[in-house]
Amino acid sequence: MTETATNTPTVKLSDAAIRRRMLADFWFHFKQNKGAVAGMIVFVLLVVAAVFAAVIAPHDPTQQYRDALLVPPLWQEGGRADFLLGTDAVGRDMLSRLIYGAQYSLFIGIVVVSIALVGGIVIGMVAGFFGGWVDTVIMRVMDVILAFPSLLLALVLVAILGPGLLNAMIAIAIVYQPHFARLTRAAVMGEKEREYVTAARVAGAGNMRLMFKTILPNCLAPLIVQATLSFSSAVLDAAALGFLGMGAQPPASEWGTMLAEAREFILRAWWVVTFPGLAILISVLAINLMGDGLRDALDPKLKKS
Amino acid sequence: MIRFLLTKLLYLVPTFLGITIVAFGFVRVLPGDPVLLMAGERGLSPERHAELAHQLGFDKPVWAQYFDFLTRLLHGDLGNSLVTKKPVLGEFLTLFPATVELGLVAIIIATLVGVPVGVLAAIKRGSWFDQVSMTAALVGFSMPIFWWGLLLIILFSGILQWTPVSGRISLMFFFPQVTGFMLIDSLLSGQKGAFLSALSHLILPSVVLATIPLAVIARQTRSAMLEVMGEDYVRTAKAKGMPYSRVVMVHALRNAMIPVITTIGLQVGVLLAGAILTETIFSWPGIGKWMIDSISRRDYPVVQSGLLMIAAIVMLVNLLVDLTYGLINPRIRHK
Repeated sequence: MTETATNTPTVKLSDAAIRRRMLADFWFHFKQNKGAVAGMIVFVLLVVAAVFAAVIAPHDPTQQYRDALLVPPLWQEGGRADFLLGTDAVGRDMLSRLIYGAQYSLFIGIVVVSIALVGGIVIGMVAGFFGGWVDTVIMRVMDVILAFPSLLLALVLVAILGPGLLNAMIAIAIVYQPHFARLTRAAVMGEKEREYVTAARVAGAGNMRLMFKTILPNCLAPLIVQATLSFSSAVLDAAALGFLGMGAQPPASEWGTMLAEAREFILRAWWVVTFPGLAILISVLAINLMGDGLRDALDPKLKKS
Repeated sequence: MIRFLLTKLLYLVPTFLGITIVAFGFVRVLPGDPVLLMAGERGLSPERHAELAHQLGFDKPVWAQYFDFLTRLLHGDLGNSLVTKKPVLGEFLTLFPATVELGLVAIIIATLVGVPVGVLAAIKRGSWFDQVSMTAALVGFSMPIFWWGLLLIILFSGILQWTPVSGRISLMFFFPQVTGFMLIDSLLSGQKGAFLSALSHLILPSVVLATIPLAVIARQTRSAMLEVMGEDYVRTAKAKGMPYSRVVMVHALRNAMIPVITTIGLQVGVLLAGAILTETIFSWPGIGKWMIDSISRRDYPVVQSGLLMIAAIVMLVNLLVDLTYGLINPRIRHK
């Protein structure tokens, strides 16, 4: 990070300067991966679509135009200029619903990853830092959660909590949390014997400070990569739950829920089925591309040869 | 090897107990009266309620209830479905072969396509084949398979009319279940066209289910091959003038297969989760669809036992993967 210049042995950099250099260093590696940059552009567009949905969307996503049921997209015969991507079975504009759907997907990703990340870090940190029976008990519990296929466990949790978007997000977060706990634990166990930790301990730092202020910043790289991957899986799983009728409930314009409503029209109106799925695929793909780039830039050890 | 096996088995006991606690606890944390949920009757008189509570053991302390649950479990009694009133275990066993058949065909497709693609991409690194196949793998990895299934139905069942939309075999055919695998049973029945019918029903769902494992296996094979191709012994083999194909197939591939086999094994959980979606889309009568239907019908005894069985299967398959790993890589079992 800082240059090991030979003739100027004591260059004191401010924290902000170090951070700037780290960011520049990160960007230098990240931008070499063309796919990652493309993924990031798509992701930024998604964020823009979600934030400014009310401005961009040509129609209200729940407004039903009774004179325009199952109108095909503009370029197909029978298409109408005011419905670019056509309308669904009750005459709602597809494009507007897709734009508003981006809000759901991003919101789901952010909430799920935040809950899973914070929970996983705390649990993994405690397990790795204290070791012994605490570690054994925690890791056995994580093993049990990991023994269930994630979608199945999420489904059952939703059955307990009741169908709905919030419950689906909580369920998915619970299912993802062990991955973060395991990663944190492994990183902490590698770090806690290092000299700088001992130095901080000798200097009188308490356990809380050692765990979250001294050790944690040095364990973040694999966690950030996992967070990106979980973000895309969360979007997929939430859409799957929506598709199975256990996630966001109609008339929400969540993409998976839209697909579930469109199922009966698959052989009559291809556009009601194709576009929501395409939106899911493109978002997930963009986030995964970004995740690959992040991994290469943040952690050379994990780099694909 | 036996020691290795025993330690692995011992390691599973706490996990299995954890799984039983989750399955046992599931019914008790559901909102509502567990007696009503598990008995599936409504508008009970207080006497009938007490009788049922006694019959189902809900009047005992929780630890005794858990102990009873474990005892019954070890005797193979998983309770009865509220909807069909039949034993859950029996239903599970009739539906399970359908899921196994689907999953096996999917993992065979994924391996037979994924491994060669990964190997080729690695030895032709940077070529157009590498770039195209790895892009395709990333798309496959990001695929919402429930949508992918619908698209394939539109194309192959709707537009081209090549394959049927749902089920395991055409209603024209009827023959006894011998193995539970439709492909084998249809052959055994000797009826003309039965096998082709079974195959045409199976092909789309198995391709859909294979998509994500295929992408993961191709990516993993490529990176494992790249790593191994850089090893000293591969360079030595090349330097000794060994044919390139032999270096790739024998020296490199064998060693690269170790992480790949683990990856293939780890796909079982992915397959079972994927089976829930795939079976729902194609009305495939397996345990994935059974679980979804039971959850929406609030058939809690089925959900409880299904959860338990599926987790146990994932656990056992992971054990098998660990053992295979120990078999092909002696360094692991002697650690």
